Amino acid sequence: MRPFDYVRTTTLDETCQLLGQDGDSSVRALAGGTDLLTLMKKEISVPTQLIDLKRLPDLPSGITSTAQGMTIGTLTTMTEIETNVQLQEKYPLLAEAAAVAATPQLRNMATIGGNLLQRPRCWYYRNQLVNCWLKGGDECQAQDGENQLHALFGGGPCYAVHPSDLAPALLALEATVQLRGPGGERMVPLAEFYALPEEKRRQETQLEKDELLLNIHLPGLPAGTRSTYLKAMDRKVWAFALVGVAAIVRLEEQKIVDARLVLSGVAPIPWRVTAAEQALVGATANEATFAEIAEFALADAQSLSHNAYKITLAKSLVRRALTMLTDEG
Amino acid sequence: MSSKRLLTTLAINGIEHELALEPRRTLLDALRHDLQLTGTKKVCDMGDCGACTVLVDGRAMYACLLLAVDCTDRQITTIEGLAQADELDPLQQAFIEADAFQCGFCTAGQIMSLKGLLNETPAPNDDQILRAVTGNLCRCGAYRNILKAGRLAADQVAHPEEARHADSTH
Ligand SMILES: Cc1cc2nc3c(=O)[nH]c(=O)nc-3n(C[C@H](O)[C@H](O)[C@H](O)COP(=O)(O)OP(=O)(O)OC[C@H]3O[C@@H](n4cnc5c(N)ncnc54)[C@H](O)[C@@H]3O)c2cc1C
Ligand code: SF4
Ligand code: FES
Ligand code: FES
Repeated sequence: MRPFDYVRTTTLDETCQLLGQDGDSSVRALAGGTDLLTLMKKEISVPTQLIDLKRLPDLPSGITSTAQGMTIGTLTTMTEIETNVQLQEKYPLLAEAAAVAATPQLRNMATIGGNLLQRPRCWYYRNQLVNCWLKGGDECQAQDGENQLHALFGGGPCYAVHPSDLAPALLALEATVQLRGPGGERMVPLAEFYALPEEKRRQETQLEKDELLLNIHLPGLPAGTRSTYLKAMDRKVWAFALVGVAAIVRLEEQKIVDARLVLSGVAPIPWRVTAAEQALVGATANEATFAEIAEFALADAQSLSHNAYKITLAKSLVRRALTMLTDEG
Repeated sequence: MSSKRLLTTLAINGIEHELALEPRRTLLDALRHDLQLTGTKKVCDMGDCGACTVLVDGRAMYACLLLAVDCTDRQITTIEGLAQADELDPLQQAFIEADAFQCGFCTAGQIMSLKGLLNETPAPNDDQILRAVTGNLCRCGAYRNILKAGRLAADQVAHPEEARHADSTH
């Protein structure tokens, strides 16, 4: 790791000012450090100054119930999300997503804010000898290279997949993020917060350099709504999703009245398959419907040279999730 | 550029140590190089193996992904802090009795993860024991006996007399 200064700030304003101060983005915010420090050790991120967010008194931590739903402070750890009883009851998919992410040690350290803002695990990106497009280079080495773990949707110029398990669950819940910059606060739906990287913004979110993530707000769900997060991995634990699915379904007399489906591991951002959701509404819950929906959800998938297996995986996960959620037993 | 060293107080196994550390020093390197507490092992240095597991305020964490300067007001427990005088911690005793290691390189980390579990869940079931060590790789594949050791230690913590008796009949 290159040397850097470590600072503790006392107010949100001071923190935003410091973050925005430098032209070459060398001031970075440190939360749990589980992603940032791995990038710094490989010198993919080389900040000259780290601001310790965990000591910032006004930065929210913890899970609270609101009139409609719940609010999660950015410093809340993944362990807290996994084990919070109210959250398990109201939003099982989110607790499940936390429980199958990383390892107990990492979940004790990692914050939800850091989880949403973590960078891709693409092996070219994580290799300090490769200056790929996402890091400011000219080309994407994965496009015609080793792209087993890469995107089926939204690819180009970058084909990396978003590594978070929490993000797809939160997107399915139609969560909103509360951001704070030098000019004040703004609320952004997660669906807009995540945006495919582009020429002038080579990152996966709309977060500005001088902005802090404060809270994640979860709207309420109608009674009787069921949800789950399923994740396919190379091994049973301690692996990023090859493909994941966050699914929410509400059933009335065997007819589906509400459905949300978000895939992970298939695009540079969590990928909502709205057309498949719409096709589910009004349909009768049975295996034939689910098989059709699974085909439909993956109809626009564009595989690269080595990742077509993800299409099969994703279809199975979609079918399995829908079957589980509509099983009367 | 060079960065300032910071005067840092680390509370490790109940003893406070004052060190002048570069911010980039990880807790793992501070333990091993500045304090000669080499029981905590360094393998991947990237959060991929679990050998460096320590307890921070009672919870298992990877020391390789923590900055030492970030640990100033936290209580840190390492493998060196488990035994009381000549008496091994029940977990250490259980690892010996269950033959829960071969090369031993992962052992300190495995024990610290289980210590974190027993702190919160004194009578864990098998699933909880296995889950607690999912973040600790063992290249030698001692997993089955690690589970046994976890069970033994949990019994011993719950019923000190009976567990000891049961062991002596092996
Ligand atoms: C071995 C390993 C396995 C993993 N497996 C999984 C997995 O299966 N599933 C999964 O979802 N994740 C996984 N992860 C990723 C892990 O969950 C993330 O590293 C973690 O959630 C990041 O949180 P953090 O608090 O440590 O963030 P940090 O590393 O501290 O920060 C990450 C980024 O977010 C920024 N940031 C953090 N908080 C704020 C804020 N409030 N405002 C503005 N910017 C902020 C930081 O500046 C930094 O750029 C794994 C990581 C490792 C190392
Ligand atoms: S997929 Fe993205 S991160 Fe990976 S090499 Fe291509 S541009 Fe870089
Ligand atoms: S050395 Fe820390 S996890 Fe491997
Ligand atoms: S005993 Fe050798 S790595 Fe676990």
